[in-house]
Amino acid sequence: MSTATSPAHTAPTFAQSVWLVSNREISARLRSKSFLIATGILLLISMASVIVGSIASQNTSLTKVAVVGTAISVVEQTEAFDIVQADTAEVAEALVRDGTVDAAVVPSTNADSRLGITVIALDSAPNDVLGTLSVSPELEILEPAEQDGFLAYLVAIGFGIIFLMSATTFGATIAQSVVEEKQTRIVEILMSTISVRALLAGKVLGNSLMAFAQIVSIGLLVSIGLAVTGQRVLLGDVGPAIVWFVVFFAFGFVLLAALYAATASMVSRQEDVGSATSPVLFLVMIPYFMVIFFNDNPLVLAIMSYVPFSAPVGMPVRIFLGQAEWWEPVLSLAVLALATMVVILIGSRIYSNALLRMGARVSLRDALHK
Amino acid sequence: MLDIRAVTKSYGTRKVLTDVSFTVGDGRMTGFVGANGAGKTTTMRIILGVLSPDSGTVLIDGVPVTASDRRRFGYMPEERGLYPKMKVAEQLVYLARLHGLSPASARRNTADLLERLGLDARAGDTVESLSLGNQQRAQIAAALVHDPEFLVLDEPFSGLDPLAVEVVMSVLAGFAAQGAPVLFSSHQLDIVERLCDDLIIIADGEIRANGSRDALREQHSSPRFEIRTAGDTGWIRSQPGITVIDVNGASTGDSNFAVFEAETDAASQAVLHHAITLGAVHTFSQQRPTLATIFKEVIA
Repeated sequence: MSTATSPAHTAPTFAQSVWLVSNREISARLRSKSFLIATGILLLISMASVIVGSIASQNTSLTKVAVVGTAISVVEQTEAFDIVQADTAEVAEALVRDGTVDAAVVPSTNADSRLGITVIALDSAPNDVLGTLSVSPELEILEPAEQDGFLAYLVAIGFGIIFLMSATTFGATIAQSVVEEKQTRIVEILMSTISVRALLAGKVLGNSLMAFAQIVSIGLLVSIGLAVTGQRVLLGDVGPAIVWFVVFFAFGFVLLAALYAATASMVSRQEDVGSATSPVLFLVMIPYFMVIFFNDNPLVLAIMSYVPFSAPVGMPVRIFLGQAEWWEPVLSLAVLALATMVVILIGSRIYSNALLRMGARVSLRDALHK
Repeated sequence: MLDIRAVTKSYGTRKVLTDVSFTVGDGRMTGFVGANGAGKTTTMRIILGVLSPDSGTVLIDGVPVTASDRRRFGYMPEERGLYPKMKVAEQLVYLARLHGLSPASARRNTADLLERLGLDARAGDTVESLSLGNQQRAQIAAALVHDPEFLVLDEPFSGLDPLAVEVVMSVLAGFAAQGAPVLFSSHQLDIVERLCDDLIIIADGEIRANGSRDALREQHSSPRFEIRTAGDTGWIRSQPGITVIDVNGASTGDSNFAVFEAETDAASQAVLHHAITLGAVHTFSQQRPTLATIFKEVIA
């Protein structure tokens, strides 16, 4: 078997080693049932939220009102009602009573009436009808919000949840796979074959590709869903934010992946992974909670959109809200990319120093200084 | 030829290797023996580049070993491990490819090796579903799958049943026969004794003995002989240059024996000559120390 000149051994390059390792990570993920189930659930939730949104928006159909005689000219002007014509005020009243219409508008019997109409309702004042038919003073809004507050809230939470779920799912996966190699000691064979950096890079790349594929498929699914259910207006608003989210996620996840790998490499048993990686989990949770509590606070959002850990959520939300200048995502992305590089450097140092130390948890100081 | 030169390694203030030097010759099965904590695993990890020494070098044919040279090594770490949820064959192909083999030769080597180790029926099973002995065979396959030119095996026989020991011994001997330097450590001194050409004994991080097995035996042999004959052996006492250690003079059955020390080779040969003239000689041998004896002597 062994010959002095073995042509079979053409040492793979760094890139080839990374590629082999990342391929193994990907196929290991694709074969894991828990991964497939978790991804399925995430995709279902995204799809469901689009469908629920579409049903909710269709339900805002026009309010039905019965109209008698001359009142019709007033009601038609508003174009806000589904009009049922009634011959007399009595017929209209009957329609209100049996629930066919929400309210009736009849010519006023009171000569002093300014509008000349009377609104008849069953048991309470129909605010939407009154509001529409009322005469309002002129209104001037100095800085109109680009997006409706509730919608902004939903979009912000949507980005927050997707980021949180993807980052924790894949972060935990990376951490487990690092400790699996350490616990089963295959790491010793791997270390004698390829460089530790190639091993770490392959792990981060493989899992990042999977996370990225997941995010892209969620983004596509939501976009297609919005288009198919006729919510094109919403798609036009959210679309750019989704694209930026995917881009930011790509960098942000690599950063988190390196952190997860480095912290996990300090322990030797699966049972200790949770406590070792909890500081990273904390970093992932922060943007999620910040975006829930502060999505209406431009200052906090602006800060969030530049801090590397929260930028993947903060910046897309600001883009959606129209609060970001065109250059802001570019600058924030540069900050994030730089932070990612620094974290990878520190992370690979911890990783290579801690990998062969079995037993008790390696302290951060030892891992950094060897 | 693998050359370990003046390797020293400390963990913090604890010195684990002190000036360790030895060679593993081409085609030589080299046994590496030492008590727990003597420094065997650390030495092997340094040879493989998993650890770096504080000082000293590892040379291949006189040239310091590089990272790409290390892909030509087959390594079996003492702490066994493969991916538990990965299929045996897939795992071997993966490791072979990490060592730089093409997909085709990785698959071919995997199939060959699994067959030789009697694991071909389990190629598609996950490692965790294998019995311990079979996991061990898979581990050995992992060290060999990339056609290594050097083998470094830390305790390759521990946990193997006697049948598997034979299989692995023959596979390793086959490697050595083709000219590969093979370094293996073991606690099972009887296996080392049968298998190795050369022997390295390490204690407290220092090499205590180093050389061919036969030379070491010679070195630690006493000039002590044993003879078994059909006739009485009491006459040996009166031979010149001979000190009798033990003898059963009375004729007990058909085999009488004597153990004696000879001052010179000629004196011992004279005993043999005389014994033949007296009757049948069943055995005549120099008492060779077992490896266990040498080991105890060397590390004491």
